[in-house]
Amino acid sequence: MTHGSRVKVPALARVEGEGGLEIITSGGKVTEARLDIYEPPRFFEAMLRGRRYTEPPDITARICGICPVAYQMSACAAIENACGVTVTEQVERLRRLLYCGEWIESHTLHIYLLHAPDFLGYDSGIHLARDHPELVQRALRVKKAGNGLMTVIGGRSVHPVNVRVGGFYRAPAPAALRALASELEWARQTAEETVRWVAAFDFPDFSHNYEFVSLRHPHEYPITQGRIVSTSGLDITPAHYDERFTEFQVPHSTALHSLLDGNLTYLTGPMARYSLNHDRLPPDIARLAREAGLENKCHNPFRSIIVRAIELLYACDEALRLIASYEPPDPPAVDVQPRRATGYGVSEAPRGLLYHRYRIQADGTIEDAKIVPPTSQNQRAIEADLRDFTATRLHLPQDQLTHECEQAVRSYDPCISCAAHFLDLRVSPR
Amino acid sequence: MTTPKPTLAVWKFASCDGCQLTLLNCEDELLQIAGQLQIANFPEASSQVIEGPYDVSLVEGSITTPGDAERIRRVRRQSRILITIGACATSGGIQALRNFSGDLAPLVYASPQYIDSLRTSTAIAEHVQADFELRGCPIGKHQLLEVIAALLSHRRPNVRGHSVCIECKRAGLSCVMVAHGTPCLGPVTQAGCGAICPAYHRGCYGCFGPMETPNTKALAARWRELGATDQAVHRAFRTFTAAAEPFRKEADAHDAR
Repeated sequence: MTHGSRVKVPALARVEGEGGLEIITSGGKVTEARLDIYEPPRFFEAMLRGRRYTEPPDITARICGICPVAYQMSACAAIENACGVTVTEQVERLRRLLYCGEWIESHTLHIYLLHAPDFLGYDSGIHLARDHPELVQRALRVKKAGNGLMTVIGGRSVHPVNVRVGGFYRAPAPAALRALASELEWARQTAEETVRWVAAFDFPDFSHNYEFVSLRHPHEYPITQGRIVSTSGLDITPAHYDERFTEFQVPHSTALHSLLDGNLTYLTGPMARYSLNHDRLPPDIARLAREAGLENKCHNPFRSIIVRAIELLYACDEALRLIASYEPPDPPAVDVQPRRATGYGVSEAPRGLLYHRYRIQADGTIEDAKIVPPTSQNQRAIEADLRDFTATRLHLPQDQLTHECEQAVRSYDPCISCAAHFLDLRVSPR
Repeated sequence: MTTPKPTLAVWKFASCDGCQLTLLNCEDELLQIAGQLQIANFPEASSQVIEGPYDVSLVEGSITTPGDAERIRRVRRQSRILITIGACATSGGIQALRNFSGDLAPLVYASPQYIDSLRTSTAIAEHVQADFELRGCPIGKHQLLEVIAALLSHRRPNVRGHSVCIECKRAGLSCVMVAHGTPCLGPVTQAGCGAICPAYHRGCYGCFGPMETPNTKALAARWRELGATDQAVHRAFRTFTAAAEPFRKEADAHDAR
């Protein structure tokens, strides 16, 4: 790319939501990389004020059609925390099973339909299907297995209706869950093939020394609960999140940015979860991860597709384990009475850490709400990566540079509806 | 001579992506649809953008910014048939709760001056003509497939305006309101979800919006007899399709403020 030129390309496709990208250069060097997010804000936190403490699971699900369960789970956890209630083991396990369905559906969508086309030279999963129908058909079948789990437990896969504060409205019958096992078993085997398939892709040589942040649980690979930990030794309960993480507004984004301890840019999501929790994976899955070329930490964002495939495999495996040992929670929900308190809830959405905080009044009215989605937390890390990534590539033709930047952004699986569809890349000399 | 395949574009305004995801969730039918329609502009799924005009546009989301109020006019000009999908596009969605409050931006953003947002969230049909409106938060997969099948065979979609009660009876479910005294919006809510809330032992919460000619007043009275407070009735009508006229009025009738 020649000095003094300007690139503007409409539409970074295959991400969820609307945003743009601007690279500013000075004297042939990158001085700033900005992820512009102009997704229209919907003011969820403000809309929650004055609502009942029982409403956030249904209302906040509407923040994202791809990961509604994540919103429902973090909301329930926060409100139960405020009300001093711990759910039963059976409820907790059924929540984890529902969440596995969402990981399967979301990760399969990203791996096969949004991300893999970049490595294989196609514009979309639909174009990929013209030459390789068998690949896309198997993806759709795995995705359907995940959606099936969400439909049986939640009533439907987008905005499930069966989740409530305290548990569920109705526990699914064991036979209805067992009926899903054979498809999940097929999905599990296909996920193993998926790991080997994506491991053979050509990855750009790029890595970044990330500060990773994720949940960590004493026994399990983190999904629904745990302490918040980081690469540099953060180890706190969700109640201390606000003391360490600060959100702030930048003019070029309708999604707030976030920093750890005032100045640390950090990353959440599959790479963070894997790097901080690979020792919580079952031995056979950990072994496959190593065979697929993942070490104990993954620092190359393009390789995140391998991590997603490992997590897809884990979600299928975990779902099968939970179905085999399923006991319907009876009653399906524990009673949750309001009290004047503030509650904190964190869970691992497919795209990373999702924090909710609610302050409720004694009569159950919500006084204040705070929601921090994974993509808004990741904006700074994405910008830092783009700065480094473009710095060594400014000599490339504009088309190619734009294409590679788009790919780099897609590797984070940004969900801009949570925190955008049209991404414009502008490279402007200052 | 073969006729060229009709072109399809999918557009997003203020929304959660869930309705367009419903198209990708048609796992058994997606590749068949892609075989019969040319997916010409669907940024969530494809980097390829073919210039309009388009035979059919599916529009998700509501109008909440001055820029989007302009953009929807450009989309309309490029579209032979424009179909709105989901509660946001057909009624303004959950974000239409802002229509009933003061300015919300300062509650969420420290520097609201950077936020270019309208004070209201409005349905697409309030800005341009919509040729068909498909309801739901999210839309139902079967109704979406029916709309696409109808388009391909040049007929009107067979999507009825009756209530969830009809679906509930057809599914053989016992009425949660009669049998358990659970307040339910089923009698006034448009069908299409498959009566899933009653199937999961909860009352319908109205995410498909009002049916044709709903008797919200009679239902609200029944809710009050079942012990629901005026506030609870107000909230029930003022949530997912708050700006849809019959629900807006019934909520106003029970506004305690």
